[in-house]
Amino acid sequence: MTITAAGQPGPRFVPPALVGVAALLVVLLIMELLIQLNFISRFIVPPPSEIVASFGRVIVEEHVFSRFLLTLSECLTAGVMLTVFGIAGGVLMHRFKLLQQACETWVAAMAAAPLVLAYPLFMVIFGRNAWTIIMMGFFAALPPVILKTIEGMANTRKVLVNVGRSFNLTSTQQFWKIMFPAALPTIFVGVRLGLIFALINIVGVEFLINYGGLGQLINDLAERYDLAGTYAAICFVILVSVLFFMTLEKAERWLRPID
Amino acid sequence: MATTDRLTRSVAAEPLVSPVTLLRIAIILAVLAIWEFLAHSGWLYRDVVPSLFAIGKALYDLLSHGDYYFNLGVTAAEIGTALLIGGLSGLAVGILLGANRFLSKAFEAYLYYLGPTPKIIFFPVMIMWFGVGPGSKIALGTLSCFFPVALSVAAGMRQIDKVLIRVGKSFRASTWQMIVKIYMPAMRHPIINGVRLGLGVALIGTLLAETKLSNKGIGFLIINAYSTFDMPRMYAMLIVLFVLAIGANALVGRLGGLENIKRT
Repeated sequence: MTITAAGQPGPRFVPPALVGVAALLVVLLIMELLIQLNFISRFIVPPPSEIVASFGRVIVEEHVFSRFLLTLSECLTAGVMLTVFGIAGGVLMHRFKLLQQACETWVAAMAAAPLVLAYPLFMVIFGRNAWTIIMMGFFAALPPVILKTIEGMANTRKVLVNVGRSFNLTSTQQFWKIMFPAALPTIFVGVRLGLIFALINIVGVEFLINYGGLGQLINDLAERYDLAGTYAAICFVILVSVLFFMTLEKAERWLRPID
Repeated sequence: MATTDRLTRSVAAEPLVSPVTLLRIAIILAVLAIWEFLAHSGWLYRDVVPSLFAIGKALYDLLSHGDYYFNLGVTAAEIGTALLIGGLSGLAVGILLGANRFLSKAFEAYLYYLGPTPKIIFFPVMIMWFGVGPGSKIALGTLSCFFPVALSVAAGMRQIDKVLIRVGKSFRASTWQMIVKIYMPAMRHPIINGVRLGLGVALIGTLLAETKLSNKGIGFLIINAYSTFDMPRMYAMLIVLFVLAIGANALVGRLGGLENIKRT
């Protein structure tokens, strides 16, 4: 028996990732057996083989690609809006300290408030259309962008600011040449968090109001009692979300190569 | 004498209300004034922006009726149960992953990437598994809460001072004693932080599920107000809900002493 770095016994030559995948496959296999042997009702949990088989049907018949594009466009619209307004808000609050002192706790409180629950209100204001979904994603994702922008600007290294001063830069030049580039990696952390919140809220609201892209697909299939299709659609949304997070993570690493 | 004079002058120079408070009051008053103006302007559909008086009256009506507290109790019970089940299972999984690097490498990536996916999409599955009653709402809250607690505890486990672990081992502490005497006290902050995050997402998960399909709870009341277009009541409920959510979040943080942690 070998001892791993954490002092726990572990197999020597089995890569952990392989064990993870193998465990997942074993669980699926056990589920398949339990359902096929009627220990679990197939009217509650469809067999994994049926879910896998329904992937193709869901993708072709339910126009998954166009739905994906719709959700993506909503997410990107919300993303552009929260990048513009979030960064502008953060810069404004950093520039006017009094405003920051007065409002930063409010923004933090807004981050803790379950804003997505106001979706019926947004439906009344914007109607049952894509703008409700986009605005919901935008408002729910705005606080982290504002807070991280303030943090990034405040944590700009003193030596960089002094270099700018020694070159007699104007306040605009100081902002564009020194402060903003130095704060950009931290700002991107906020934008990344914001985009994740936006995606979660957009898919969630699509599901709840039965309108739009991927969220609506799950609701539609569930209401038709297409169980295998519902599970397949959920797997697809999870896959899209995971790929979305991975892409954002890669972009963040590209911006912060030192970390 | 001169010192006393300076002291008196400096105390007298202190403004009665700080500029920050003044600005806050000014912002609040400006927002309320704009709101009231919009309510009476006729630019928006009637009742989309109700007058402050109507919202205040709805707030009073809401808080003075026992029916609201019954529904609040239902939602609180669902969230509490979800937090308990999701928190305890998250704690157990987090300890397991944090203590064993092999298991962490094998399974933590799944938790890490599944954590931020929108949990509400699992609601149709939860209805099939647990029915249309409170069970499906609790299940969704549990699922939402599990991930942040597990990830926070696993990360916390890895940050425990190795000296503390060696002390426990040198005293030949059993696994249970190690968990209760070493790991748990050393991980107080990550656990509380995880519970705070878990509470937030459990609250959202449970309430969203209630708005989708239920006949009791705060989520049901909100969607009911939407269906009957009782906008003042909806605003009143959202105000109370946000205050309660922010208050609960702050309370959990304060209980765990999170405000004492220096920002790095």
